Amino acid sequence: MCHPTSPFPFRLSRSNLTTMTTPDTLTLNSWQVIAATDEIPVGSITRTTLLDTPLALTRDRDGVPVVWRCTDEEPGDEIDPETILDRLPVTTGYGFVWTSLGTPPKELFSITEYAEPDRVNMSCGSIGIHVSAPRAVENFLDMGHFPYVHTDILGAEPHTEVKEYDVEVSEERDEVLATRCRFFQPRAALSATDGMEVEYVYRVPHPYCSVLYKSSPEAPERRDVIAIFLQPVSEDRCRAHLLQSMIDSTSTITELRRFQQTIFGQDKPILENQYPKRLPLDPRSETPIRADKSAIAYRRWLSQKGVTYGVIPAAG
Amino acid sequence: MTLSLSDSTWYPIASSDDLPFRHVYQGQLLGRELAVWRADDGNVNVWENRCLHRGVRLSIGINEGGELKCQYHGWRYANRSAGCTYIPAHPADAPARRIQNRTYPVREAFGLVWSAANDDQAFQPFPGAETGDWFPLRPIPVNAAPEDVLAGLIGLAPDDQPADILPGLAVRLGHAHYFVQPVDSGRAVIRGVLAGQPEDAIAILRHYNETLTKLRDRLERAARKKPAPAPLEPAFEKVSVDLATMPDIAIPRGNTTTVVVKRKWTSADGVIGFELAPREGHLPTFQPGAHIDLHLPNGLIRQYSITNGPGDLLSYIIGVKAESASKGGSKILVESVREGDLLSISEPRNNFPLRRDAVRTVLIAGGIGITPLLSMARFLDKSRLPYELHYFTRVGEQVAFRADLESLHGKVILHTGLARTEIGQTISQALGEWSHAQHVYVCGPSAMLESVRVTAATQGWPEESIHFEYFKNDKVIDDSSTFEVELARSAMTLQIPAGKTIMEVMREAGLSVPSSCEQGACGTCLTGVIEGECDHQDVYLNDSEKRANTAILTCVSRAKSARLVLDI
Repeated sequence: MCHPTSPFPFRLSRSNLTTMTTPDTLTLNSWQVIAATDEIPVGSITRTTLLDTPLALTRDRDGVPVVWRCTDEEPGDEIDPETILDRLPVTTGYGFVWTSLGTPPKELFSITEYAEPDRVNMSCGSIGIHVSAPRAVENFLDMGHFPYVHTDILGAEPHTEVKEYDVEVSEERDEVLATRCRFFQPRAALSATDGMEVEYVYRVPHPYCSVLYKSSPEAPERRDVIAIFLQPVSEDRCRAHLLQSMIDSTSTITELRRFQQTIFGQDKPILENQYPKRLPLDPRSETPIRADKSAIAYRRWLSQKGVTYGVIPAAG
Repeated sequence: MTLSLSDSTWYPIASSDDLPFRHVYQGQLLGRELAVWRADDGNVNVWENRCLHRGVRLSIGINEGGELKCQYHGWRYANRSAGCTYIPAHPADAPARRIQNRTYPVREAFGLVWSAANDDQAFQPFPGAETGDWFPLRPIPVNAAPEDVLAGLIGLAPDDQPADILPGLAVRLGHAHYFVQPVDSGRAVIRGVLAGQPEDAIAILRHYNETLTKLRDRLERAARKKPAPAPLEPAFEKVSVDLATMPDIAIPRGNTTTVVVKRKWTSADGVIGFELAPREGHLPTFQPGAHIDLHLPNGLIRQYSITNGPGDLLSYIIGVKAESASKGGSKILVESVREGDLLSISEPRNNFPLRRDAVRTVLIAGGIGITPLLSMARFLDKSRLPYELHYFTRVGEQVAFRADLESLHGKVILHTGLARTEIGQTISQALGEWSHAQHVYVCGPSAMLESVRVTAATQGWPEESIHFEYFKNDKVIDDSSTFEVELARSAMTLQIPAGKTIMEVMREAGLSVPSSCEQGACGTCLTGVIEGECDHQDVYLNDSEKRANTAILTCVSRAKSARLVLDI
């Protein structure tokens, strides 16, 4: 059973009452991330939820992921993937498994750096967050919270200024692009003793995914890549899957993972205290400032694309 | 009875004990979440539990004593008004737009904190409340519909002593008054007060806790057997249109408030303090460095800095110098305005914003110039940010606001009666060599401003780290340009020759144009610009307002373009 009945009498809380909505066509027909490939067991079942739909997944002996709509499978059940006939489309990319409940495009958006041979590519874990996927994307794009939420790591009071930066929606690639984003960081690298200004570039190539580029301390002409892929579990819940593609010959994978998990561990409680949990697209629902240019562009882009899942669409 | 989101009844939402200083309490009433906090002045604030910026709960924010600071981006909101005073992402800007959180009415009485969904009803305590001495009981939350909870309380009454049902989900049972706080359609809190102070408070509290806990268990058992009522669904109000767009520079103007001169006193020889209070409620939010325009009985308008600290909105305190050379501005205030008089003031404007992102802040005041810097010091003090305040007074001149300065915790240094060269040396030492994120703010006589600017520049301070404010326009006005002005609403085109101001030409053409200082300092003649490029020569608009090119002071400013279209 995918929905075990609780042995305790329970009362409906507000989140249980949230009506399930049919995802918009774009969301339905897009690739959506569901798990880190190497965390899926071979020959036995694990489960997850995508767009309110329970899914079962496993890998065959060759390591190829198989995903299907869950009926009465239990996690840990042994399974012969050959017996699964009604499968959902699957692709792998950037160390993760992606599926779709509709008809997905041929290819996933590109992160060209990932293929460079000297990079350390790693998934940094998956964190459940009780907020919509677009809220989490917006938080990833936001620099203003660094001194308050990631104190002494990505920022520190009193260095709170968000300087002017550029935002565009690239028509060619259909993605939001923020460039020249600069922020003063007290300790931008482990070796740094003085604070320095760090420059970022952000891309939003998918309504629920964002990619961040920052100059690499080891090779200043190249850029480290940190990406967040959000799995829309329901309209107000998501799982954040993190990718790092670094030029770093000294840090261990454990250290690099711990760093990203610390950062997201700091974001989680803030995001879970955000209301409403779905991202409101009506410009009059919140109060933007100049520092929020990228968020405004992202909201408009979602509106124009007709994304309605995980957002509160603007009326009219 | 069904609960309504617009129910205007006052309900208790917290015990006074729930609100120690520097704490934020999360309350709930009629389905709405509330951030409830006590400021250092004792005032209790009940706000919608949501920062207007990105919707994060304010109950996880930080109570700084006079302001509440959001955890997500550090936005600060003032005690009483809930107006935003600081946006750290843009530390050099004063938040020009009026960003104000939703507030709810509040009263603290009988050991309880009361609130209501709206202002429709005046606070009416239960019968006999005002004369009694009340002992608050501990609250008991109940997962049951508020009306069922009330019925349960009524049922506690013995047969021979029926309950006295009061308006607003309240009931009296002998010595106890009970109030049901409707948290939501299926949740309530029983709050109560007893008449008189018991001898053994612990025993009494235990007795009532036991009785009410039994009642709660009964009510919750019954509630579980019923279908859960649909929760109330309060909507978040939309922000105003001007807040929804990316901020263009809005120049507030026109709105005045009538204030009463509550107190007038001699703060120092030649400096008169005025306390200006609203006739009811509180005054508008201001930021450190802000000033008000004071409309004087003789029609003149003069600017005075607010000296107050964060969230201090019950009155504004200003300092006025009784100058012998005064042109009738300060003079009339000092000589003829008395306690109890009514005056008209503008909304606070800020051309002297304080950045709160400095590692070192140097405040330099000369004479009456202490007023905006006192406010700045108070804000920095409350947030425990480092600062040094140097206050220069002349020989024989006294220190104004001495008691206020003494209560500050930062480094306050008084320099009295120094010779000119000594002042220069002292300023040089106070400034030191510049390094990243150091800022200096100076207010005082023109000579002192100049001295600080020159000294700072030679010691490596970049221009954007030196902040000062003019109240007088000492600049030489360049009136050599000629251009054309089209008055859009008056359907009139005027030629402005060299040597004449736009205002003069407009008056000659028969238009009535309000003005006061006519030197580009007071803002009375501010006019909207529709087209063309302004040649700003005033000291009223701040740099970003000037850059925005949306308004002009017609008494001194001119056009860089050949043609200017004004909204008049």
